[in-house]
Amino acid sequence: MAEKLQKPRSFQEIIMRLQSYWAAQGCAVLQPYDMEVGAGTFHPATTLRALGSMPWSAAYVQPSRRPTDGRYGDSPNRWQHYYQYQVIIKPSPPDLQALYLGSLEAIGIDMKMHDIRFVEDDWESPTLGAWGLGWEVWCDGMEVSQFTYFQQVGGHDCKPVSGELTYGLERLAMYVLGFDDGNEMPFNDPDAPIPLTYGDVFREAEAQYARWNFDVADTDTLLQHFKDAEAECARILAQPADDPKTGRRIVMAQPAYDQAIKASHVFNLLDARGVISVTERQAYIGRVRTLAVACADAFVQTKAGGYTPENAA
Amino acid sequence: MPDLLIELFSEEIPARMQGKAAADLKKLVTDGLVEAGLTYASAGAFSTPRRLALSVEGLLAASPAVKEERKGPKVGAPEQALAGFLRGVGLTQDQLEARDDKKGQVWFAVIDKPGRPASEIVAEVLEQTVRNFPWPKSMRWGDGTLRWVRPLHSILCILSDEAGAEVVDLDIDGIRSGDTTHGHRFMAPDAFSVTSFDDYAAKLRRAKVVLDASERADHIWAEATNQAFAQGMEVVEDRGLLTEVAGLVEWPVVLLGKIEEQFLDLPPEVLKTSMKEHQKFFSVKNPKTGRIEQYVTVANIETADQGATILAGNGRVLSARLADGKFFWENDLRVAKAGMQPWIDALENVTFHNKLGSQKERIERIAALAREIAPAVGADPELAEQAARVAKADLSSEMVYEFPELQGLMGRYYSEAAGLPAEVAAACEEHYSPLGPSDDVPTAPVSVAVALADKIDLLTGFWAIDEKPTGSKDPFALRRAALGVIRLVLENKVSLKLTRFIDEQLLRIEMGLVEGDASDQDMQSLRDILNEIAEHGVFGAALHAVVERGEDSPGEAVEKITAGMQDNGDDLLSFFHDRLKVFLKDKGIRHDIIDACIAMEGSEDLTLLVKRAEALSKTLKTDDGENLIQGFKRANNILSAEEEKDGVSYELDPDPKFAESDEEKALFAALDQAEATIKPAMAQEDFTTAMAAMAKLRGPIDAFFEATQVNSDNQIVRRNRLCLLHRIRTICGGVADLTKIEG
Repeated sequence: MAEKLQKPRSFQEIIMRLQSYWAAQGCAVLQPYDMEVGAGTFHPATTLRALGSMPWSAAYVQPSRRPTDGRYGDSPNRWQHYYQYQVIIKPSPPDLQALYLGSLEAIGIDMKMHDIRFVEDDWESPTLGAWGLGWEVWCDGMEVSQFTYFQQVGGHDCKPVSGELTYGLERLAMYVLGFDDGNEMPFNDPDAPIPLTYGDVFREAEAQYARWNFDVADTDTLLQHFKDAEAECARILAQPADDPKTGRRIVMAQPAYDQAIKASHVFNLLDARGVISVTERQAYIGRVRTLAVACADAFVQTKAGGYTPENAA
Repeated sequence: MPDLLIELFSEEIPARMQGKAAADLKKLVTDGLVEAGLTYASAGAFSTPRRLALSVEGLLAASPAVKEERKGPKVGAPEQALAGFLRGVGLTQDQLEARDDKKGQVWFAVIDKPGRPASEIVAEVLEQTVRNFPWPKSMRWGDGTLRWVRPLHSILCILSDEAGAEVVDLDIDGIRSGDTTHGHRFMAPDAFSVTSFDDYAAKLRRAKVVLDASERADHIWAEATNQAFAQGMEVVEDRGLLTEVAGLVEWPVVLLGKIEEQFLDLPPEVLKTSMKEHQKFFSVKNPKTGRIEQYVTVANIETADQGATILAGNGRVLSARLADGKFFWENDLRVAKAGMQPWIDALENVTFHNKLGSQKERIERIAALAREIAPAVGADPELAEQAARVAKADLSSEMVYEFPELQGLMGRYYSEAAGLPAEVAAACEEHYSPLGPSDDVPTAPVSVAVALADKIDLLTGFWAIDEKPTGSKDPFALRRAALGVIRLVLENKVSLKLTRFIDEQLLRIEMGLVEGDASDQDMQSLRDILNEIAEHGVFGAALHAVVERGEDSPGEAVEKITAGMQDNGDDLLSFFHDRLKVFLKDKGIRHDIIDACIAMEGSEDLTLLVKRAEALSKTLKTDDGENLIQGFKRANNILSAEEEKDGVSYELDPDPKFAESDEEKALFAALDQAEATIKPAMAQEDFTTAMAAMAKLRGPIDAFFEATQVNSDNQIVRRNRLCLLHRIRTICGGVADLTKIEG
């Protein structure tokens, strides 16, 4: 433990310490999902696995994109591409708060010197048809994590309830490493032969994406992508459960969910291009939710979602 | 007499729910105990972020034994009936008593209910309470089904007396009761057991938990003001924030920090709101500069460095937040100085309500109405219209997007920056007022004009689409808007023909609703009618004028709108009158008095209406006034009865030469005199004088009825007397509709 209380020296060391801490707690340490998502919650390891009765325990880094947050790499604390660290455990263990606080200690936050607080913050994702109760966790007045007990996902009651932890890695790292400008914090070890800052890694790409997101992305193409994803999602889910080729029951919840993720990201891009009016916004969010709910309905018809021939409706 | 101690220990309870939860715990448990026969001497409830606690002192050790009597069937009733009764009460026939009843002998069962020990009752009541707790929002966790505000970890429940403490045994979904709890999460996390409430409170304090929320609040406030005072500063009071912060900590540690110099020139409201909303900081003012220069943050832990690390961290977060605020402010100022047009244009894309169109359309309507209202409130029409056009521009600003509660106020700052007239800037801030019954009412004429137009547009809009408040449902706060209009009018003593503005605005809204569907000709007719309303006062008359001129023949859309306009306008006016009754009732004016005045002409002018009602209320409190009502009613009742019988109305002038008695002659004279005073007084709206003169009729009317029989055999005399009664009705009826007065 003594060695863990040493301050980490880089962004990547914080990630590695979280990985080994949660691995030690028994989580399956997964890799990021290979699609563009707005937040770690979109990873099927959270959204889909929170459904149904099967136990689950996973932790992973998820690169996330919020096109409207683009600042051309000039902001000290806002990027259109950023990282979230996500932990999900089902059923939520009784000592989840203690486990979480242990993870803060693992990345060098001394509980005797800092003011850690659990401040009411109920989480809701209109696009996923999901909500939960929990807190934002404050460290010396700074929000370092979101802590949620999922109550509903994709319109389904969560039984059992999953506990979800989301760390905003940049903000957390800036605090732990002591940087006001995130671009200046070391990405790898500052004494490495080739030391790199967060800005060295991402700044240029941030400017490129900001320009594309805000001004260049072709909106007609994006609108078509949205419609295509919507249609494909519905088409996948309309297939019969029994695969005529293998003769096996294969409900394609996750391929369909990929299309929902795609639609959600395309919507975010359209939003950044400023072509969605306030009234249309709600309609688009509703369309994505319809997809997410349909995928959730499908997932509970899979084995991972708790389906057995006996409990089939 | 044992004492009861309960603690429900959970993960962090939202601060805003703690106070009510403690009160609910006390009520539910003590009500349950009393209902089961366990009375007690006193009870107190407490809350911290992680626990709800209840201490009940002087509880009965057991509920008293009671005898319960139940009436059964008649003696000699069929066997089956008796057998059923015996089954129900669990007795045998020889245990029943036969008693005399009204209808003969009846079987009675007397059941002895033995008392039950307190522990049994407490366990039941507490389980019921936990399972049915009225949290505003609750959740499940893990694989359980129990609901609580956040996961519930342990239940402490003990009964204690001189002999010691005993755990009340209960198990709720696997949470077993005990006598232990935990201290502060970081400073004293270990479990400890307790034997009584005093022991509990004392051990908690040693374990760095102050149980009583008001003690934590008092400590925070005293410590904050002391630290600020030592630096020559003042903490800005904020009761709500204090209560909230006291609910975020178990062991308050107050820290005073400085705001970075570069942010001190932000508007003080921006500093205050940003610090409060995002970080729960108190603002600290420098009385010498009048600026907010420091802040108080409340930590939940004592540290080896006396909070230096915590304060530094909070300061960094604050600077990042204020850097955002400064960024918004500077960006906004650029738009403001260029005239705010992009903001106003952007409101075109903001839906106000899907039937009533965009914010931009609403602003256009408000601007047109504010211009019309302006002369009535002493405002320059140009300025009122200009103010209405910019009053909501700040809704598009970055600052208001971030802090919606700063709407209006930022409008004032930005209008000032834009170099707009001071009246316009003030109206931006004040036109939302009054928001509640205790909120200040604006007095500046331009602000009043825009505030009235804003609220009348809101009301007419929802009336036009038939979304009126019903019962407890008032999602658009229309009652509040109507009360706002009432207070704006009355407190500024404005004389305003409400009907005209209601009709104008209803028509504007209806025109918006049919636009695109109606023919050009129809739209032209409607515009013509709209222009005529000002002259004619109401929609109906304006419509007639336009139709009579024959320039336009009303088309389909015009007819459709016409059909509903009148009713809608009348309905909204009576909504105002209803709200006015509620408002005046609080000021001691009876509803029937207002009804008597509403029935009179000019009731659309609320100031006039209230003036009349106040005068009438005062008059009715005098002896003469109260008795006059009786005399008036007598006259009116006789007259109405005779008019009905004869099928005529006695409207002719009575002739004094047919007067027989002195009293009758005196009444003639008194009516002449009263009329001579009342008519000119009423013309000048001097209700007090008019009503005083009316009240003086009490003596002559009473004397007349005392001495005279109205229904004389002499038909001429009778008719003359009925005409005399008619004069009473007319003269009094010109002041108020006294038939509406109750009693």
